[in-house]
Amino acid sequence: MPAETILNIQNLNKTYKSAGRTLTVLDDINFSISTGSTNAIVGPSGSGKTTLLGLCAGLDSASSGIVELNGIGLSNLGEDKRAQVRNQYVGFIFQNFQLLPTLTALENVMVPLELRGEKNIKARSQDLLDKVGLADRGHHYPAQLSGGEQQRVSLARAFSNSPKILFADEPTGNLDAETSEKVVKLIFDLNREAGTTLVLVTHDLELAAKTHRIIKIKGGKLVSDEKTCNE
Amino acid sequence: MDQVNYNRKINFSWLFKMAVRDSRRNRSRLLLFISSIVFGIGALVAIYSFRYNIQNDVDNQAATLIGADLTISGNKAPDGELKTLTDSLGDDRSQERSFASMVLFPKSFGTRLVQVRALQGGFPYYGELETVPLHAGSTFKKGKYALVDKTLMMQFNAKVNDSVKVGNETFVIAGLLNKAPGQTGISSGIAPVVYIPLQYLEQTGLAKLGSRITYSYFYKFNNTRAIPKLIKTLDPKLEKDGFNYDTIATRKENTGRSFEDLSRFLSLVGFIALLLGCVGVASAINIYIREKIRSIAIMRCMGVKASEAFLIYLIQIAGIGLVGSIAGAALGTGIQHLLPMVLKDFLPITISVSISWMAIWQGIVLGLIISVLFALLPLISIRNISPLNTLRLSFDDTTTIKDPLRWLVYSLVLLFIVSFSYLQLEDWTGAVVFTIGIAIAFLILTAIAWLLIRFTRLLIMSSWSYIWRQGFANLYRPNNQTIILTVSIGLSTAFICTLFLIQQLLISQVTLSTGDNQSNMILFDIQTSQKKAIADLTRKQGLKVLSQVPIVTIRLDKVNGKTAADVKKDTTLKINPHVFTYEYRVSYRDSLTASEKITSGEWIGKTIPGKDVPVSAEERFAERAKVKVGDKLIFNVQGVLMNAYVASIRKVNWNKISTNFQIVFPTGVLEDAPQFNVLLTHVPNNTVSAKLQQVVVQQFPNVSIVDLGLVLSVLDELLDKIGYVIKFMSGFSIITGIIVLISSVRISKYQRIQESVLLRTLGASRKQIFAITALEYLFLGTLSALTGIIIAIGASWLLAVYRFDMPYHVNLLPVVAIFFAITLLTVIIGLLNSRGILNKPPLEVLRSNS
Ligand SMILES: Nc1ncnc2c1ncn2[C@@H]1O[C@H](COP(=O)(O)OP(=O)(O)OP(=O)(O)O)[C@@H](O)[C@H]1O
Ligand SMILES: [Mg+2]
Repeated sequence: MPAETILNIQNLNKTYKSAGRTLTVLDDINFSISTGSTNAIVGPSGSGKTTLLGLCAGLDSASSGIVELNGIGLSNLGEDKRAQVRNQYVGFIFQNFQLLPTLTALENVMVPLELRGEKNIKARSQDLLDKVGLADRGHHYPAQLSGGEQQRVSLARAFSNSPKILFADEPTGNLDAETSEKVVKLIFDLNREAGTTLVLVTHDLELAAKTHRIIKIKGGKLVSDEKTCNE
Repeated sequence: MDQVNYNRKINFSWLFKMAVRDSRRNRSRLLLFISSIVFGIGALVAIYSFRYNIQNDVDNQAATLIGADLTISGNKAPDGELKTLTDSLGDDRSQERSFASMVLFPKSFGTRLVQVRALQGGFPYYGELETVPLHAGSTFKKGKYALVDKTLMMQFNAKVNDSVKVGNETFVIAGLLNKAPGQTGISSGIAPVVYIPLQYLEQTGLAKLGSRITYSYFYKFNNTRAIPKLIKTLDPKLEKDGFNYDTIATRKENTGRSFEDLSRFLSLVGFIALLLGCVGVASAINIYIREKIRSIAIMRCMGVKASEAFLIYLIQIAGIGLVGSIAGAALGTGIQHLLPMVLKDFLPITISVSISWMAIWQGIVLGLIISVLFALLPLISIRNISPLNTLRLSFDDTTTIKDPLRWLVYSLVLLFIVSFSYLQLEDWTGAVVFTIGIAIAFLILTAIAWLLIRFTRLLIMSSWSYIWRQGFANLYRPNNQTIILTVSIGLSTAFICTLFLIQQLLISQVTLSTGDNQSNMILFDIQTSQKKAIADLTRKQGLKVLSQVPIVTIRLDKVNGKTAADVKKDTTLKINPHVFTYEYRVSYRDSLTASEKITSGEWIGKTIPGKDVPVSAEERFAERAKVKVGDKLIFNVQGVLMNAYVASIRKVNWNKISTNFQIVFPTGVLEDAPQFNVLLTHVPNNTVSAKLQQVVVQQFPNVSIVDLGLVLSVLDELLDKIGYVIKFMSGFSIITGIIVLISSVRISKYQRIQESVLLRTLGASRKQIFAITALEYLFLGTLSALTGIIIAIGASWLLAVYRFDMPYHVNLLPVVAIFFAITLLTVIIGLLNSRGILNKPPLEVLRSNS
């Protein structure tokens, strides 16, 4: 399979200045990710995984280096343009779900589609809720759902705009083993079905082992980049 | 590879949908935001409606205020050309002589100084003399009958068909007078009116002796359109002889003007209520948006543009603001029904209460502007909320501080306050000073809060108990509410307290002091020939003659060579034209009294014959006539012109009851001019007062007596009412302030929920959480209230000295009470906030806030 590149990271650096001192969080990171692949970023706590994910998804801007998403250089794009890139290409899953508390489950799923001004939004969103097994919970607010249910809603939301790439930051970090398994299965199933590229950050090596490739970072540096036998 | 569409159009209907959806779960929070708008707009709409209704009523009732199409009045009988004129004008005419005189009620032997009006003809042509029985108002002119004011009737327990003695003549009381054209409840309390038919004036004997009779002529025209033209030809003739005229149009203007003062005071009160509303909006939205950071970050992750996120909340706030304004307008329309009830004694017209759509419309527009404008500052910060907040809540808002739009919003807010206060005060400097004052108060409070955040960190000692440390640490920890609460509590306190202090000053300004040795009875109109006899009579009653003062009536002819006509032509002179029409009652003596103080020039007690007369001018007169020491004045002393100059300018303490004058002459010039005397004495009680009045009236019917005790009690009642009006109006603002206080403290609840729940989960007892919360709010409340009060003292001092021109003093007791009340209120609401959390299982709270 001729690997087309969806995400390309070159010489990426991120530093924070606080109290006069400079803290280097990411130090010269290089890698690229091919379309349709599944990838895990692993590493000890505080190593910079979340920071890296944020930069890849265009949520933050790098101190130096290049981030290319689907051929678009994010570094010199304004926030508003990055927002539109996200809306069209990117899906998110967060450790703490991040549903809009004032919107019902169904409405949460609808938002990305509504933003794009698409048609038939309600039916498509309801379909997605069906797929994650929450067909009859659409009118519930996030506060009325369990953590696992919330994460499934956020999965439905992440896939609603048919993203080219899906970023997940410890998607199972807040869930028990059984629920985790269900959610993980859903992520991989939906991913395969839609042909989406997956980048997930995790501590869970078992979960990481399910992907095609494991990128390990430590202290802000990329220390290993291995293909798994899943390929 | 497909192309990214960067030019997504803004989809307003979706933004609206999001705004509505987002508001669903926050209705109670938004309600708090609404409440400050509701009260602010309510106060304003009530006041505006009242103002518009008054305007309408003045327009509709102006005719009944004057009772005729044209009135001419002067204080001498017209003669020559003017006499033929006054006898021939109009299609119907009436005339009246009015003067102050003592009347006697033989049944009770009661006497009192009244305003006697001797009337002939069909006046009033508009409105009527409201009497009981009804027809008495017109029939009393047919015989030896009188109409007597209701307060007099009540005081002396007189009934219709009793008699009343005016001068030498006794009249049968035909009716009780409730209201005459242009009269207010208050004016009849101070100078009650007795109407008698003009044909019996001669027989009373008062027309000859008293020289201070006002001659009035009332005209009715069939063709009222000719009046303005007639006035033009009439004006110079009347002016030449010192007569004044009044038409429905001029009366309308004057009445309108006197209401302007009232409505300006009311507007100011409404304005303060509104400003408090603004503070409420700003603080409520600030905290609201802070809570929304995560939601906004999520939306940004989904691809919502910064401008779209901004618009979603702008639409939401505008919508809520609109609802609040409409509710406020409804409330105000309800409240305005109370205003006429409170104010009816002060107004010569009947005020209608009708719904004023203009006021409602203005209130709604204003409410909308305010909600959006004052929400704008927190709203623009939405644009800077990074989607990164989904991954990690960041609490530094350095990006907001650098935002250039912030300065635009600041300028818009300043512009709004300046222009709106200009609309209320009609004075640019005043508006600018007012705005700067508010800005300074705002800066002081922000600075105090900032210092507090910096220094509590250093102050906290490890030796303190956990509760103390935690309570104080809440003041500076991330997500603290110190600045927002300090500013909003402090500003509300400052507004409330300023209003309160000014109100106290205004009220104390109008209370008169009456000591034992202060005169409380004045006998005037004493002829020079009666002077000695009356002093003896007073002493024979066992009373002291406190002073005897001669009074001469004069007019001002020229100021530095300029006449009234010059002043009218050349407005750059700035001289108030009324200084030429006014009749001055002046006195002459060789020394100053205790209540006078020279502020410039030199007091000269004796005239040098043949030279200009050195007079002393009272400060306010000097201001109105624009004269300073050395300026030349020409007086008309009953037909004789007299050259004088300003030798000194005096300050007079008008609060003390004694005979004070705008102009005092030295001895040696006025001794031979026509004059009367005033005698002041102190009566210990009502019996002595009544006795003295009876003997004086019997022997000297021309002498008038004012019993200040009586006047003071009427005045007291009046002042009570004024005080009540002031309090009532200020009440609006104070209620709004309290609502704002409640809503800002209440809204801060959501900031602390998570924490308190966590603490509880970690095993903190309810008592401990209570104590931590109480400490935090106690400290915030104390400091903000104290700062607010200090600002208020400064502000009220400035207002007192520069705006109201009155001596300043602070009544500490109520100030201390305000301080404790506000601090206590802050703590109580703070505690009520946490009570809600404490009584629910932690899980429920944690969930609903995740
Ligand atoms: N705004 C900031 N200012 C200063 N330092 C920061 C900031 N944000 C993150 N850091 C630092 O960057 C480093 C990397 O943080 P990051 O959240 O990326 O780690 P992580 O690998 O995701 O850790 P974990 O597995 O615990 O989530 C940390 O040491 C963190 O303290
Ligand atoms: Mg992380």
